[in-house]
Amino acid sequence: MRNSVWRSGVAIAALATALTACGGEAPASESASVAGGAGDTIKVGILHSLSGTMAISEVTVRDAELLAIEEINASGGVLGKKLTPVVEDGASDWPTFAEKATKLIRQDKVATTFGGWTSASRKAMLPVFERSKALLWYPVQYEGLESSPYIFYTGATTNQQIIPGLDYLKEQGKKKIFLVGSDYVFPRTANKIIKAYAAANGMEILGEEYTPLGHTEYSTLTNKVVQAKPDAVFNTLNGDSNVAFFKQLNSAGVTAQEMPVLSVSVAEEEVKGIGVDNIAGHPVAWNYYQTTETPANEKFVAAFKAKYGADKVTSDPMEAGYNAVYLWAAAAKKAGTVEVEAVRKAAGGIAVERPEGLVTIDGENQHMYKTARIGVIQPDGLIKEVWNSGEPIKPDPYLKGYPWASGLSNG
Amino acid sequence: MNLARLKGPGVFAAVAVLALVVAPLLLEPFRLGLLAKYLCFAIVALGIGLAWGQGGMLALGQGVFFGLGGYAMAMHLKLVDAQGDLPDFMVWSGVEQLPALWKPFANPVFALAMVVIGPMLIATVLGLLVFRQRVRGAYFAILTQALAAAFVILLVGQQGLTGGTNGLTNFFDLFGQDLAADSTQRGLYFAVAIATGLLYLGARQLVNSRFGRLLVAVRDGEDRVRFLGYDPARVKTVTFAISAGMAGLAGALFVPVVGIISPALLGVVPSLELVVAVAVGGRFALAGAILGAVVMGYAKTSFSEQFADGWLYLQGALFILVMTLAPKGILGLAASARDALARRRTARSGDPEPPPADAPGRRVMEEVA
Repeated sequence: MRNSVWRSGVAIAALATALTACGGEAPASESASVAGGAGDTIKVGILHSLSGTMAISEVTVRDAELLAIEEINASGGVLGKKLTPVVEDGASDWPTFAEKATKLIRQDKVATTFGGWTSASRKAMLPVFERSKALLWYPVQYEGLESSPYIFYTGATTNQQIIPGLDYLKEQGKKKIFLVGSDYVFPRTANKIIKAYAAANGMEILGEEYTPLGHTEYSTLTNKVVQAKPDAVFNTLNGDSNVAFFKQLNSAGVTAQEMPVLSVSVAEEEVKGIGVDNIAGHPVAWNYYQTTETPANEKFVAAFKAKYGADKVTSDPMEAGYNAVYLWAAAAKKAGTVEVEAVRKAAGGIAVERPEGLVTIDGENQHMYKTARIGVIQPDGLIKEVWNSGEPIKPDPYLKGYPWASGLSNG
Repeated sequence: MNLARLKGPGVFAAVAVLALVVAPLLLEPFRLGLLAKYLCFAIVALGIGLAWGQGGMLALGQGVFFGLGGYAMAMHLKLVDAQGDLPDFMVWSGVEQLPALWKPFANPVFALAMVVIGPMLIATVLGLLVFRQRVRGAYFAILTQALAAAFVILLVGQQGLTGGTNGLTNFFDLFGQDLAADSTQRGLYFAVAIATGLLYLGARQLVNSRFGRLLVAVRDGEDRVRFLGYDPARVKTVTFAISAGMAGLAGALFVPVVGIISPALLGVVPSLELVVAVAVGGRFALAGAILGAVVMGYAKTSFSEQFADGWLYLQGALFILVMTLAPKGILGLAASARDALARRRTARSGDPEPPPADAPGRRVMEEVA
């Protein structure tokens, strides 16, 4: 009895499905191609992790991007319209990045999006932006070997950070290198490049060790490093792991003089977390430091401190995020519209004086010409530049201009 | 009396019409895609409802089975997209030859079979090992949770094989359909919604069968069931395997719907989130599991869209609120509200007959299961 009633319930459901399947064609999905430009404001998306493990780093980039939007609005906006940021939380979770990117594009219909930090989040967003033909500005140095037509990379690629870092170590006469990194795509790819460089430049790799992201137990690894007696360590650890690693090194009595640890993911913000005492004297490789002496940087640092507090520091990814907003605005002004294809076409060749110096957009691979800078961490927590490449380096994400790297980029 | 009998099927039909007719007509493609995602989680939750609500096995590691299904599907999609070449992530991870583990997944039949068989097989082996040793309660829960943690470490460590932390993403083609097209996504939504409905009916049938009664008996008094001559380990293993199969299927549906599978989706936290969703919906009823997954999924999306800065607090508050005010979840709350109303009505009509003797747990189960 009861069962027959249930059966009819199921039958009704089945019937309903059949009806929609046959009769109901797709609802009017207003595929509005009016990219964010309608009305008297322009919506732009900001998509960073505001919660989870990456929040500590990504919130600072969001702050820098919001500052840039505020400044641009104060000076009249873009094409006579004010920018309205739509902020979403990627929650340090890659599928969430993809979901929120879709939301920004399809629901908010933003003109462009600034966002991401980890390579994993970029890889998760890439198909979303490519399929929807929408723009993403990605502000962090990364492992290269990528060039999406719908992403602009405002951080360094490998030939603007890792290779200059290696050049610096070579210049210093460091021949035996030990590689330490977190276990994900950036360190693994970076180390592949480092090994190829070492083979071509007479350097020796004494060891290569990976720990999971968020790992904080470094006594074994430190012992391994110390016993191998390298001239220098190339460090691609990310996030909290650096805190534990540098503390352990310090307590093992390793000094920056006898065994410098060159880091590529430690900037001003991270130095605060690690503790200056543990890391002072060690070198880092970036394209920008808070101490970089340009008129634009003086303005940026002052504006950032005025808005968010005098104790705040500025770092390379923050500056790259800050730049991204200005570069997009410049491209939109040149194109005379915020329409994606027009902006992409207009972007190539745009050159703007930014806090790090002159930044030019390479129209071909949509990376930036950037000056490489090696700095040494000072006792006050800031970073002093000790070497730079003299002029902005042309971005080469696939390392085509480096014969020794020919085996790396068959992608 | 007659009316009460119509209620279950009536609600089912109404929900089905809502899901299959109203939602696709009213929702934008993006929102419909999100609903499809919630329903994928609802399928996992249904499995948890079966194992935990009915069978008393608190499975805290369903993400493992979800992942096995998801990766099986994703590996197939990746191989189809690569068209004989290496999948993109292997190129940048320095893998030169397609690993042997990947080869059979080029075959769609094998991949689809592995989606369900893989998780069920692993759950069966695990179940036989564990339940025969009479491991239960918190020990079983801890074990499944450890499994989820270990699985994530394994996936992250094998970057060339699994895509590492990134997971697998950037799929183009699903059995000849363009995955980016709205029509494909619509079709996927229907597939997920219908799968959820069918699995619910199947699970309901199972619970109402002799096997289901045995399962509940095992939950409430495993030793007594054993003394009666049944084998509780077998009952539990079968149920656990079914719930694992459901999770695997959900994972496989999730991949084309959302477009990514990564270790972040399978670890301890997402597995726990699903258990929380089941608790919020009402773990003693299968429908509660589905309701909970959809409600929590929706809450997560809308909280994070409205309050990008502090949405996690709201999500936590929702859980605590539901658990303190309604320990049996939303459906339990509805059931007790209905009971209270009925009691008041009988009291007012002056009927001296007491309300039907109802052990609440049993009542809920009969109403909704």
